[in-house]
Amino acid sequence: MSPMIRLSNIKKMYQMGDEEVHALSGVDIEIQKNEYVAIMGPSGSGKSTLMNVIGCLDTPTSGLYELNGTNVSEMNDNQLAKIRNKEIGFVFQTFNLLARSNVLHNVELPLIYGGVGSADRKRQANGAIERVGLGDRAHHKPNELSGGQRQRVAIARALVTNPSILLADEPTGNLDSKTGEEIMGLFDILHSEGNTIILVTHEEDIAAHAHRIVRIRDGKVEHDEKVKNRKIARAHTTTTA
Amino acid sequence: MRSFFNEVKEGLLISFQAIRANKMRSALTTLGIVIGIVSVTLMGTAIEGLDRAFTKSIAAIGADVLYVQKWPWGGGQEWWLIRNRKDIRIKHAKDLEKQATLAKAVAPATGTRRKVKYERKVVEDVVVVGTTEGFTETSGANIAFGRFFTSMESDGGRPVTVIGSEVATNLFPNENPIGKSIKVGNYGYRVVGVFDRQGSILGMESLDNRVYVPISRFFKEFAHARQGIQVMVKAASLEDVENAKEEVRGIMRKSRGLKPKEADDFAINQQEILVQTFNSIGVVIAGVGLFITGLALFVGGIGIMNIMFVSVTERTREIGIRKAIGAPRRTILLQFLVESAALCLLGGVIGLAIAFPLSLIIDQVLPTAMPLSVVGIALLVSVFVGVVSGFLPAFRASRLDPVDALRYE
Ligand SMILES: Nc1ncnc2c1ncn2[C@@H]1O[C@H](COP(=O)(O)OP(=O)(O)O)[C@@H](O)[C@H]1O
Ligand SMILES: [Mg+2]
Repeated sequence: MSPMIRLSNIKKMYQMGDEEVHALSGVDIEIQKNEYVAIMGPSGSGKSTLMNVIGCLDTPTSGLYELNGTNVSEMNDNQLAKIRNKEIGFVFQTFNLLARSNVLHNVELPLIYGGVGSADRKRQANGAIERVGLGDRAHHKPNELSGGQRQRVAIARALVTNPSILLADEPTGNLDSKTGEEIMGLFDILHSEGNTIILVTHEEDIAAHAHRIVRIRDGKVEHDEKVKNRKIARAHTTTTA
Repeated sequence: MRSFFNEVKEGLLISFQAIRANKMRSALTTLGIVIGIVSVTLMGTAIEGLDRAFTKSIAAIGADVLYVQKWPWGGGQEWWLIRNRKDIRIKHAKDLEKQATLAKAVAPATGTRRKVKYERKVVEDVVVVGTTEGFTETSGANIAFGRFFTSMESDGGRPVTVIGSEVATNLFPNENPIGKSIKVGNYGYRVVGVFDRQGSILGMESLDNRVYVPISRFFKEFAHARQGIQVMVKAASLEDVENAKEEVRGIMRKSRGLKPKEADDFAINQQEILVQTFNSIGVVIAGVGLFITGLALFVGGIGIMNIMFVSVTERTREIGIRKAIGAPRRTILLQFLVESAALCLLGGVIGLAIAFPLSLIIDQVLPTAMPLSVVGIALLVSVFVGVVSGFLPAFRASRLDPVDALRYE
């Protein structure tokens, strides 16, 4: 079976005045459906850049990116927007919720852009909100929620379109370690339900939830291995963080 | 289509949130639009009022009546040449009456001012009009009581008179005027009829402060035989007006002994000339109004554009989020266009809210009402200005790179 994600010799170069910054200098990774991958590496090693390329937020300077067998590296802006909408669920370190909209509307937004009608939209959005354990908070604004709850909203928004991949760039980076653990418990459940998850972290504890760890340094894959001692989600993980 | 509708709805929602979050800024930004809309609606209202006043008073002139006169309406030629023209005389009226086949009625008319008395009551400065029985037809005015004088009375120069409604109320506040004897200047006349109220032509001379007497008697008692007259010719029908005009011209030229190469030494005036003059005045008013409106809307549009650029910059991160979850360029473009249009529409609505009470004030001076079409145009123009001035900022927003936008602090 062909992999869900195939990156071959992906390079990303930024021009900073006269200087060329090589954020990615030839990355080859294949990721199968329902894998649970942690990307690790020191700060500035290119983790976010790699996530942005995988998430179709950014296009590589060169190299080939195939997602579900289609060549994404040659798509235009609007085609990429469609892929982001349908195939990708992105979770950010800083949550990135719309401050003026309530939880329901934030979670509905990808469906609005996907052209889903109002009734289906409400049903799917409420379903996703239930799944992350925030059923009683649907009409709250982000500033009325804790950090952990906000990240759950972001996860619900990422989930709501049933994407092929969930991408999370340091999803626990702005949370205390207990709340971070709870969020990771949620990812574990989502993975067990069949989702493909790729997350960036620099904490070994967090990475230990994944089945596979890809270590990056200076824009290159340094190490790619299966996790031996997988951390198992604790029982209380779905309680409100 | 459904997704377009959803996106517009989403755009409106965002705009309301944005406008609510920046109430003061939004209100100030729309000031130019407000001024533009106030000016365009008040101009529309004023033109509507002038139109109504004009249409009402011009009816007295009659679309199917030709006025053979020395002076042309609306000017144009050199006044000293016209002044030297021979006057129009009874003879010409007689020729027209005899020869015009396309005329329903012909009436000569001339006037002067006299005081009019009944017992103790005096009305100063009444226009005395000398005319013939044809006047009822050519003027189109209705008799309220009594009758107009007959052709026999007219030809015989009988001392009978028909009075205007204002003269009637002043002289006969509680009496029936018919059959009463009044003095016009120093001469006695018997009132045989009273006209309906007619108002005034273009707000100038009242048509009701008049008395009408047979023209043959007029020349004996009120004017030198050399005083000029005008001749009113009512065409057989509205369709015949132009043909009647040609016929009248031919008869007049012959009657005045003009050679084929000589130019007309008389004018044939008609309502249409006034309509044209009025329309050209309307064009000037509209031109000035549109200039002010255009300027205000232009300045307002620049203001909107500026604030939309600010809004796009402030919300760079929000744009990044929307793009990250799959909003295509078109959606972002639409969102900011909708916001800009909504902002301008708000200005338009505020403008209308200000202009409406002002239009009621105008109504006191010049009976009018804000036309619904002007309201519609005002709102459309607001939206148009919003879309035009919002385009550049919206375009910039739609082109933002999602990664850069998400990183924006
Ligand atoms: N827009 C950009 N312009 C210039 N350099 C950039 C840009 N984005 C990232 N970089 C550089 O690319 C390298 C990798 O960045 P990043 O992927 O964010 O690292 P990480 O997420 O692993 O900390 C860094 O050296 C960073 O400075
Ligand atoms: Mg990073």
